Amino acid sequence: MGDTPIQGEKRVFMTGNEVVAWAALAAKADIMYGYPITPQNEIMHYWTRMAPKYGKRFLQTEDELSAGFTTVGGVLAGRKAFTATAGPGNTLMQEPMSMAEMMRIPTVLVVQQRGGPSTATVIYSQQEVTMTTYGGNGEGLRIVYSTSTHQELFDYTIKAFNTAWKYRFPTFILADGYQAKMRESLTLYNPEDRGIKLIDPEPLLGKEPVNGEKKPTHLRNTYNTEEELYEVITKYMDEYLKVAPEIMEYEEGNVDDADIIVVSHGVVTRAARGAVQELRNAGLKVGYFRPITLRPFPGEQLKKAVVNAKTMLIVESAYGQLAKLVKDAIYGTTINLEYLFKPGVGITAEEIVAKCKELLK
Amino acid sequence: MSVEPQMPKSWNRETKPHKFCPGCGHGLVLKALGEAIDELGIQDKVVFGCDIGCSLLAWDFFNVDTVQTHHGRTTPVVTGIKRANPDVICIAYMGDGGGYAIGSQHLVNAAARNERITAILVNNTNYAMTGGQMAPTTLPGQKTETSPYGRDVQLMGYPTQGPEMVAAITREGAYVARGTVANLRQLKKYLKKALENQMAGNGFSFVEALSTCPTNWRTNAKETWAFLENEMPKYFKVGEIKVPGQKEAGQDG
Repeated sequence: MGDTPIQGEKRVFMTGNEVVAWAALAAKADIMYGYPITPQNEIMHYWTRMAPKYGKRFLQTEDELSAGFTTVGGVLAGRKAFTATAGPGNTLMQEPMSMAEMMRIPTVLVVQQRGGPSTATVIYSQQEVTMTTYGGNGEGLRIVYSTSTHQELFDYTIKAFNTAWKYRFPTFILADGYQAKMRESLTLYNPEDRGIKLIDPEPLLGKEPVNGEKKPTHLRNTYNTEEELYEVITKYMDEYLKVAPEIMEYEEGNVDDADIIVVSHGVVTRAARGAVQELRNAGLKVGYFRPITLRPFPGEQLKKAVVNAKTMLIVESAYGQLAKLVKDAIYGTTINLEYLFKPGVGITAEEIVAKCKELLK
Repeated sequence: MSVEPQMPKSWNRETKPHKFCPGCGHGLVLKALGEAIDELGIQDKVVFGCDIGCSLLAWDFFNVDTVQTHHGRTTPVVTGIKRANPDVICIAYMGDGGGYAIGSQHLVNAAARNERITAILVNNTNYAMTGGQMAPTTLPGQKTETSPYGRDVQLMGYPTQGPEMVAAITREGAYVARGTVANLRQLKKYLKKALENQMAGNGFSFVEALSTCPTNWRTNAKETWAFLENEMPKYFKVGEIKVPGQKEAGQDG
């Protein structure tokens, strides 16, 4: 039984779900609580096969409510605990995640988006953006990374544990069924070999007495008066807004002289990048912008990227969930907005090329 | 001259007098629990989880690590803690709504998995915090805000018999009992045995405590006690229902 599951750098070819399980091991996660739902099942399958070899634990719960709340319990006990879900499971997970928001519990949740609403399809969509960024009865005090490749799935799953424990906001990896199920190559590595310091978890409850004395901790999420709650949430919001610029991440390409900026996230960005390359080859001025963090949303960076452009084309496998975040972030700019919405299905570079050509006519 | 009231050592004196209504049974259950914790000397090792509903008022009741969760979700939170740190002694404290309605699947599955936790469920036959609606434990004919003409068993079924259900679905190692605030010494004995069962690593421990809600029952002291002692035990038999190592535990009253 070794402490480091990945020795040296290792080029591999595997599915996204397998990548997540390896990343959780690499991040030194201690325990996974899970409930089956497609397309995230193999995260549990791989975790349960590998975890015992490294002294890790797993519990299969009775539903997603329980998976979310046991994850909360595991984190309270001072372990790096995580869970994964999709679709209707994500809906149920919003209840425990709102508790994590209120109590600043550093949970990690991997969402492999499937079609919606309701049971819908089991493979792919980008329709869990609104729920993952602002789900639950609260203010969306959470961090959401949207990945687009298997390498990112590995990198950002490791990062999610550090982000969660550093800032004490629930942290989400928002991927999708394509990433979950397809195979592609990536490099696995031990984060510490690359100088990435893994943050050690610490117990919030069940701490050992110090010098024979124990000061009990009392955690609640109920407040007696509106003013009391207002104070707490205002403080949380201030803290969130203060650290947001450190957390925000984005990627852009060919934006400086572009007439059209294609805005997308997740795997759709792969099509957007390809389309921009093809359009540039044809001498057309098109660029792309991709938020990596959907919450907090890199709004100022997007505003800057589109300052010289005439049109922003928002492309997503949903009907305007990303567009909502974008419109909120760029309020006040006068850029022309165009959309390519395909809820629940994939988007190819060819479709984006055709749409851009039509807009440039 | 004032006489210092007798409180368990594990109680948090700074939050006393407590916030429960006068005549509420929670204070008595928590007193029995506090004394059990004291006698076992486990104050520094306990993690106490409480639900939503009146039980949430216990969030700062004890001088032990405490987490207050959502309605019905205390069992999974405490299960998550115990799984992540088996060294702590975990108590899930809830009401009949939290345990038998919204959180019943968690109770059932924690029991079926034989989670090494102690669940304590206070049965006062109604949803008290939200104003006295019908609960799974409301007695036939009992009037509540949502059964204003009395619980009609043809429409709403019979009261949930929780410990009997838990006893039926648990295997060897489980401890199941039903006590009452009308017999505190016995209730304390059950709570203590439920904690000892967890400490021994045997399995799931479950104690239901019959309790009072004079506010929503709209009863005076005499009627409150009469309901607790005469009406409730007709459906809810007090006694030990399952004891590890014993094939068929008797109901020892």
